[in-house]
Amino acid sequence: MKGRIEIDRERCKGCGLCITVCPKKQIEIADHLNTKGYYPASFLEEGLSSDDIAKCTGCALCAVTCPDIAIEVYRSEKEGPKEQKDELKEE
Amino acid sequence: MDGKLLMRGTHVLGEAAVRSGCRIYFGYPITPQNELPEYMASAFANLDNATFIQAESELAAINMVIGASVAGARVMTSSSSPGISLKQEGISYLAGMELPAVIVNMMRGGPGLGNIAPAQGDYFQATKGGGHGDYRVIVLAPAYGQEIADMTREAFDLADKYRTPVMILGDGMMGQMMEPVTFPEPIDPSSLPKKEWILDGAKGRQSRIIRSLWLDPPLEEELNWRLVRKYEMISEQIPDQEMYLLDDAEMVVTAYGTAARIAKGGVARAREMGLKVGLFRPKTLWPFPSRPLAALSRNLKQILVFEMSTGQMVEDVRLAVEGRCPVRFYGRPGGVVSTPEEIARVIASNYHRTEPCAHTF
Amino acid sequence: MKKIFSRPKSLKDAQFHYCPGCGHSIIHRLVAEVIDELDIRERTIGVPPAGCAVLAYNYFDVDMAEAPHGRAAAVATGIKRVLPDRVVFTYQGDGDIAAIGTAEIIHCANRGERITAIFVNNAVYGMTGGQMAPTTIPGQVTTTSPGGRVPLRDGNPLDLSKMLALAEGSVYIERTSVSSPKGILRTRKALKKAFEVQLQDKGFSLVEILSACPTNWKMSPAQAVRWVDETMTKFFPPQVIKDVA
Repeated sequence: MKGRIEIDRERCKGCGLCITVCPKKQIEIADHLNTKGYYPASFLEEGLSSDDIAKCTGCALCAVTCPDIAIEVYRSEKEGPKEQKDELKEE
Repeated sequence: MDGKLLMRGTHVLGEAAVRSGCRIYFGYPITPQNELPEYMASAFANLDNATFIQAESELAAINMVIGASVAGARVMTSSSSPGISLKQEGISYLAGMELPAVIVNMMRGGPGLGNIAPAQGDYFQATKGGGHGDYRVIVLAPAYGQEIADMTREAFDLADKYRTPVMILGDGMMGQMMEPVTFPEPIDPSSLPKKEWILDGAKGRQSRIIRSLWLDPPLEEELNWRLVRKYEMISEQIPDQEMYLLDDAEMVVTAYGTAARIAKGGVARAREMGLKVGLFRPKTLWPFPSRPLAALSRNLKQILVFEMSTGQMVEDVRLAVEGRCPVRFYGRPGGVVSTPEEIARVIASNYHRTEPCAHTF
Repeated sequence: MKKIFSRPKSLKDAQFHYCPGCGHSIIHRLVAEVIDELDIRERTIGVPPAGCAVLAYNYFDVDMAEAPHGRAAAVATGIKRVLPDRVVFTYQGDGDIAAIGTAEIIHCANRGERITAIFVNNAVYGMTGGQMAPTTIPGQVTTTSPGGRVPLRDGNPLDLSKMLALAEGSVYIERTSVSSPKGILRTRKALKKAFEVQLQDKGFSLVEILSACPTNWKMSPAQAVRWVDETMTKFFPPQVIKDVA
């Protein structure tokens, strides 16, 4: 597992920008409301244990894009910052 | 500079401001006060840490004043009537944000472009808000060169003490007249007490916000009542007036500023004619010295208000007098400057009138 | 795993009141990140606009003073002249800086005031409900141009940043956008440089940031950022407009 994110459901306003930038398509809009009345974004790999094959690389494009700072990003120590630059080149 | 100096009003004001510890001034040329920004530019050129900016407009200048005040400085701006109109939004903000500042208006003929001759048509603007919202500005009205010097010092002190804008209301004649003046000892700005509410960077403390926006109406209401309590305190402490030949007066002329200088001469001439007349000269236009005037009005046959306008202060006089005696009005607007002889004639022609005063508008 | 992205320290913990997908939220975060990185929080003083960001002081954990609409550059001038060693920035929308505040920002730049202006351009007046702005593009429907902006009647969009570049006192002016991660990272770089210009006492700096306003453009956030990239940038191309720092 190279990376994972945590989405704060209550901060998220369901704007969907993270979904448009995730290169691995691992975020979707949830089907339940938060207490503010938004359908928040939801990380598809939430709760995955490290034994599973995960797609998230911790590129942090979602967090960089998120207007409400609702996403925290974790990345495995082995991977360097080169990853993020690669993702950006794909743009 | 020590001892008595012969100086024109605008220069007196500038020198007094510098001596009050003012080291930042924003202005814009407009007649009849151009000598004041010129004096500040020249005085500041010879001082360390003094900033003069000729702003792009009177509007920009008042907003620079907001900034300098927020940062803790003793700051001044000046203009004349139309330029003061431009400053009204900024003055409302200064009052709402509770910021000290000194604003000088050397009044000229109006309304509109008017002319550059002395007038007193901005009394309402100065004392009744001028800008939007429920606020007041302390208004000091000098009538002598010496008073300009003293009131300028007072203006900075009052502004800091009450965290409120203070206006010095003069006119074109006062700004240009040369009189002998003694200045108080200069204040070193670094000796002034540090203000505990300013924005100078949140080092070692919580960050601060200075604002007048309170979207929640009860909070905005609270600000308004807080201002009212401040204004009540100011109204208790600072009203001031000059009383001239009032002991046995049956008629009292009420006037301020240059009009009062002229009226004083008129009163003196009327006395020579045997008329028992005196002069009541408000020195603070807000808060208005209503109490002494009210007390006076109990024993008078009439009050004659003389203004270089079509009648603005006369309303405050009527409010203070509350019908105890007739209040009559004589005015010359548009920058016309009366003579003491003219006022003496007006006093004489009114002196024996007894009918209650029916006034229009 | 190591946490590699979290909230900047110079931002208070409050939740943004801005609409979903609003560029202000992103820009606030970037400004706070730069303030953190340059370690200037304790000597920074900000001046917010009248506009959606009027409550910016609820978010930035620095000293902030309100300014009347359009006058932030003049208020900032007053602050900086009294406290020249502090870092002073304005944060203004397109109405605040390019309509009512045009005189103040031009003269601030002309005098070379050592302040940093952050110009959020979303081609519309957001807070007041979506009226036309000086930067509204031809054909764009707003509440005061219901048939679309007509250049003959309304003039063409105003490129304030290019105008400001003419002033000798302006030293660094760049236009970026926050409509894509690339743009966002470029914006952060530009903001950092703009603050550095002030720290190096070189002159006036400004960053114009194209920003989405989904609500008043009547688009989804995803459509709105696409509109910035595909349409707004035709009139306001992201570029370094001036750099003599």
